[in-house]
Amino acid sequence: MNILVCLKQILDPEVPARDFRVDTVRREAERGSANLVTNIFCENALETALQFRERAPGAKITALSYGAPTAEDSLRKALAMKADAAALVVGDGQQNPDPLTTARVLAAAIRKLGTFDLVMVGREAGDWGAGQTGGLIAEELGLPCVSFVDRIESAGGRLRLRRQTDSGWEMLEAEPPVVVTVTNDEHNVPRIPKVRDVMMSYRQPLTQWTLDDLDINADEARAGNAYYEVVELFVPQKETRCEFVAGDTLDEKVEAFAKRIVEVTSAL
Amino acid sequence: MSDVVICLFAAAGFDKAAQGLTGAGRRLADSLGVPLRAVVIGADALAPELARFCETVVVADKAELAQYQPETCLNALTRLCTELRPRAVLFANDTYSQELTPRLAHRLGGSAVGDGVEVRFEREALRVVRQVYGGKAQAVIELKRAPAVVWLRARSFAPAPPRAQSGEITRAEFEVQADARTRVVERVREEQGESRLEEARVIVSGGRGVGGPEGFETELKPLAEQLGAQLAASRAACDAGWVPPTWQVGQTGKKVSPELYLAIAITGASQHMAGISEAKTIAAINTDPEAPIFKHCRFGIIADYREAVPLLREKLAALRK
Repeated sequence: MNILVCLKQILDPEVPARDFRVDTVRREAERGSANLVTNIFCENALETALQFRERAPGAKITALSYGAPTAEDSLRKALAMKADAAALVVGDGQQNPDPLTTARVLAAAIRKLGTFDLVMVGREAGDWGAGQTGGLIAEELGLPCVSFVDRIESAGGRLRLRRQTDSGWEMLEAEPPVVVTVTNDEHNVPRIPKVRDVMMSYRQPLTQWTLDDLDINADEARAGNAYYEVVELFVPQKETRCEFVAGDTLDEKVEAFAKRIVEVTSAL
Repeated sequence: MSDVVICLFAAAGFDKAAQGLTGAGRRLADSLGVPLRAVVIGADALAPELARFCETVVVADKAELAQYQPETCLNALTRLCTELRPRAVLFANDTYSQELTPRLAHRLGGSAVGDGVEVRFEREALRVVRQVYGGKAQAVIELKRAPAVVWLRARSFAPAPPRAQSGEITRAEFEVQADARTRVVERVREEQGESRLEEARVIVSGGRGVGGPEGFETELKPLAEQLGAQLAASRAACDAGWVPPTWQVGQTGKKVSPELYLAIAITGASQHMAGISEAKTIAAINTDPEAPIFKHCRFGIIADYREAVPLLREKLAALRK
């Protein structure tokens, strides 16, 4: 079983709102003092793949990223978590390419890397949150796609995919090759790599390509806006003044709190 | 190539999402001066309601579409939209719509975007407003290809007024191209009773600070019952396995719009707040006066919920008498 996991490096989404600024002209978030991290849903995808390999020995996991040269860190971490191989496509154009550009670059890299039974991506990224990469890669590769998957098992030559829905969950059977997008669940919280494995990861080979190495229209990919374009980006100013309920003791405060709740709910 | 098409799954019924989607479609169609058409997938159940708001309703109720199968449904929608040649195709924010939207756009040669809270045409291009960076910023996105295929945060949109004349209902007659490469073999509902979190009027929600499943069971659940509220949780509480993932509210969980959202031991990261921006009143119980949740609250109390909630239940019971 050949598994490919796509990873995106993003600005740490945990940066508090008060430290968050956007550049309204370039229509991007300002880096500030925020760290660059691997998108959490991509790590959930990798973790799901690693657990699958534990139950299906012999499976091989390749991590792939498209981004700035710093995205190498996300791939080194993936290797430290015990992915078998890693490849990076370094972008030298638009910092925030549209979803179709991203999908075309990744699909071209996937074709160049070989054939895969399972292509995994996070359900969406913590920066732009478009949630389109998986579906569009599937279309580019002509494969079926299942979204919001949280567990994968092998059943004979088929895959059993459990996925979350609005009202609960569904089990799907899929004939590989298939693309899945992965969501978070109590079982796929990403493991923390050992310090030794982190150090070792820097000695492992890592394939690096530029857009010109891929079988795509590199100029179109650099422009990265033929599908859609962010025409405005701003931080909405919305702050409510919280009334902290008054009282000398907890009992009095809770009483005041209860009264406010009754006010709001009595009309319902 | 000019109409606006809304696509709905019959099984969900004419709920707040379907009503909001219809409203969004109506206003977009009116702004272009074109008809609004609806496509109902799976059964004819929704058609009479939709005919009150749309010029035409196409029912796609072939046997292969009765139960949602991703590939087969995508094939059918591609076929229908190719015939209708719309300028914009709008969906609600259910699992299936989110799953299909980008792929349908790809097959139609168009562009997709999701989680829209505002849509409008600017000259020939559709512009969509949505939250980005986990709810910390808003972006206006212009779709460069046609048709525009968009899923909306449907419950945030006002419904449409009914039309004087009822629309025409037709049945889609075509060969559905089945695709067995993936197949849903089991469906499980994990909802609380019959009602949906998205439709709840009062929500009691717990976060990481609840500390474990016991807190939800012994404190939050009785409080919710007393208030006639539904229970919800932050991502941290769901990831810890304390409560099911269907309870998750936030950027990647449910988007809720209750009259009262009572946040217990929830810090209020922007990703969580992105799911409750439509709540009328937010109130919080938290030990940390600096918790970001208080920046969004109408009223709050700085206290340990383990002490405050039992007391609150007593006080509420006394006040209700």
